[in-house]
Amino acid sequence: MSVSAPTRITPVGKMSDFRAQRIWERNLLVYRRIWKVIFTGFFEPVFYLLSIGIGIGALVGDLTLPGGHIVSYTAFMAPALMATSAMNGAVMETTFNIFFKLRFGNVYQGMLTTPLQPRDIAIGEIGWALFRGSLYTGVFLLVMWVMGLVESWWALMTIPGAVLIGFAFGSVGLAACTFMRSWQDFDLVSLATMPLFLFSATFFPIDVYPPAIQVLVQFSPLYHGVELLRSLTLGIFDPSILGHIAYLVVMGLIGATIASRRLDGLLRK
Amino acid sequence: MIATLTRARRTVEAELIAYKRTWRGTVISSFVNPVFFLSAMGLGLGSLVDRGQGNLSVSYLTFVATGLMAAIGMQAGAGDGAHPVMAGIKWRKEFHAVITTPMNPGDIVVGRAVWGTIRLTFIMVVFTIIAGLFGAFDVGTALMAIPPAVLTGIAFQTSMTAFTATREDSTSLTTIFRFAITPLFLFSGTFFPIANLPQAFQWIAYATPLFHGVELVRKIALPGIVPPDVTTLPIWVHFAYLGVMLAVGITLAARFLDRRLRP
Amino acid sequence: MTENLVEARGLTKTFGSFTAVDSIDFDIRKGEAFGFLGPNGAGKTSTMRMITTVSPITDGKLTVFGMDPTTEGRDIRRRIGVVPQEDNLDLELTVAENLYVYGRYHDMPRATIRERIDELLEFAQLTDRRKNTVESLSGGMKRRLTIARALINDPDLVILDEPTTGLDPQARHLLWERLYRLKRQGVTLIITTHYMDEAEQLCDRLVVMDQGKIAAEGSPSELINRYSTREVLELRFAEGEQDEAVLRLDGLADSSEVLADRVLLYTNDAESTQRGLHERGVHPEQVLVRRSTLEDVFLKLTGRRLID
Ligand SMILES: Nc1ncnc2c1ncn2[C@@H]1O[C@H](COP(=O)(O)OP(=O)(O)OP(=O)(O)O)[C@@H](O)[C@H]1O
Ligand SMILES: [Mg+2]
Repeated sequence: MSVSAPTRITPVGKMSDFRAQRIWERNLLVYRRIWKVIFTGFFEPVFYLLSIGIGIGALVGDLTLPGGHIVSYTAFMAPALMATSAMNGAVMETTFNIFFKLRFGNVYQGMLTTPLQPRDIAIGEIGWALFRGSLYTGVFLLVMWVMGLVESWWALMTIPGAVLIGFAFGSVGLAACTFMRSWQDFDLVSLATMPLFLFSATFFPIDVYPPAIQVLVQFSPLYHGVELLRSLTLGIFDPSILGHIAYLVVMGLIGATIASRRLDGLLRK
Repeated sequence: MIATLTRARRTVEAELIAYKRTWRGTVISSFVNPVFFLSAMGLGLGSLVDRGQGNLSVSYLTFVATGLMAAIGMQAGAGDGAHPVMAGIKWRKEFHAVITTPMNPGDIVVGRAVWGTIRLTFIMVVFTIIAGLFGAFDVGTALMAIPPAVLTGIAFQTSMTAFTATREDSTSLTTIFRFAITPLFLFSGTFFPIANLPQAFQWIAYATPLFHGVELVRKIALPGIVPPDVTTLPIWVHFAYLGVMLAVGITLAARFLDRRLRP
Repeated sequence: MTENLVEARGLTKTFGSFTAVDSIDFDIRKGEAFGFLGPNGAGKTSTMRMITTVSPITDGKLTVFGMDPTTEGRDIRRRIGVVPQEDNLDLELTVAENLYVYGRYHDMPRATIRERIDELLEFAQLTDRRKNTVESLSGGMKRRLTIARALINDPDLVILDEPTTGLDPQARHLLWERLYRLKRQGVTLIITTHYMDEAEQLCDRLVVMDQGKIAAEGSPSELINRYSTREVLELRFAEGEQDEAVLRLDGLADSSEVLADRVLLYTNDAESTQRGLHERGVHPEQVLVRRSTLEDVFLKLTGRRLID
């Protein structure tokens, strides 16, 4: 046994060192006052689902998927809406809301004079976006179930699935947010999310595209999110699901690393 | 009347100056988004619909493109009457500055409506040409449907201005977009014929403004379209509805804005 | 031997090619109130930010509580309270909530925080505003709230960057009294300011900074004794007469400063200097005799005034 010398180690990764929950406590206080906005947010994707279920679904009828399965158009569309809403929620939270806190009022600069560190802020804010996203997903899933669109118990796994989508997009959104200079830059955010929403095999199966474009679609992160949730709600699995998960995990990790580093540079001048 | 219009022109000029700073957003929303939307909805989803079980009398691309003209008008108009107005009243407070000049709140409302008309007409022309290139319809005929689409937009813009002028914060704006504008967008016949809705909802749709805008655009732009893809209501009903809405919108907007700015 | 809470040797901060803090040395002792005095851009805030560990040091050595800001920033921040130059209150929260979340950032138990909030609101005279949003506070109230927030964790060291800018005279005096009370409780204070009277009132010791360097160090009275005379004559002349009068002042006082609107004569015997003025036939419109202040020290050291 050696006598332990007084060491000076920066405690990294110790559980007692985890402080992101302080950011959540703060956000919870804010949200307690604006819960109505949060609550009404549940309705938007549900309206979309109803519109498709009642109207467009009737126009399209049933679809034959690439694997030969036949599903109603509404059941096909529902998980895509879920994935899109997870993407939009995470991107909005990590761009609009965080841009405000970052560039106006110096809220984060204040936090950093306490034991909090840039990493806590990055993890805290991404985590918060995920939490919020999973609430929305839960409600959406419930509505799907009521409408008879859930084919399998695996559908419950859409909640972690949507969290993963939120993680991937939230991290990248946060990283992007650190590069933004003015509110006008948010035009570029919608320039990115809008085509993703429209062209990620959301509204129609990927085989509708010409083969060359199909390859392109496979680069879209939302495509992987949609496919992941779709196989869960329809209960149709093949090995490609691992690829979808891996894509989103890697994307999230890269985004989080860049975000954490950029935040550090921005906040600790 | 002439004086009002001259003063309204000042508002237009001010908007034009601000516009120079925000042009990028406009390019995206008026050029890029229509291209994306038409190719995804019209071509992609259209290929499913056209081989699906619904029997539309026109292609889905044609159906959606005409519906979108009115819907885009609504979105842009309602957007214009919401946050920018709240900013003028509360955040940047430029309306308060404006009324210390010879301008009245009414001049602001009219001026913004005129500006909105110019902007919307521009957006619609671009959209119509792009949709024409996609093969949605004959551009010559479709251009005649631009006035009703713009009318729809301005009716929404002025009514939304009236609403915003009575609100304290942007939460109510979020709420009205979620519970009025989005459902209107989704259920007013833009993406599928009203006839697909349950009977009771069809009656509700008749009472809502975007439905009349969509019908009007389709009946003018697509002479060959037949029920049930459109209703049998005569064109003047739609015009009357939107005209009354615009008149009421302007009146209330001027009154509420006046009350708000000069309490 | 007194313990040093903060030690800086050759402390340097550069932004790109610009040197904001240029190799400065200072020690701040436990329990004292230490001031940084200097004009705009002197490097005061940059120095404060390095001490609070939110700004990485470029060069030199800095310890706070004997710890290294680079590796032990978190443990340092646990024990300090910070009042930044610009308020950075959380605008989305109420007055009391602002204090509450900072308590939580410091890992304090909720019950302790609640008690502490009551005391601090009392301290900042904001008790009847506890449920208001921060947006609705006046500038001075925001400043007081920021100061209260800095005290939530019962810090050993409080760093105040221009704490009284924007406060009315009454609020300033109140704040001085509160800071004095903190000091009596053994809290160490670091204060930056442009105000001489504030520095003289509050600081046991101070440094005068200019262009990133320390121009002088000592207690207020030491500095005055060392760099200035006991008394100062302030002369104001009628429009256009100053230039001509200055020529006749040579050798009348120990030294003089010619400012745009007046002339300062430094002397240890104001009366005889005044007599000298008379003998030379210099007739200012107004003559003011006063004690030397840190303002004069600063003028002497840098040739410039603290507040322009
Ligand atoms: N983040 C930064 N990037 C570049 N230059 C900076 C930055 N922060 C400060 N400076 C520069 O460093 C110099 C010192 O600034 P600092 O804020 O420390 O001065 P100060 O003594 O606090 O002045 P004041 O009395 O105006 O608050 C200034 O010239 C300033 O422009
Ligand atoms: Mg400063």
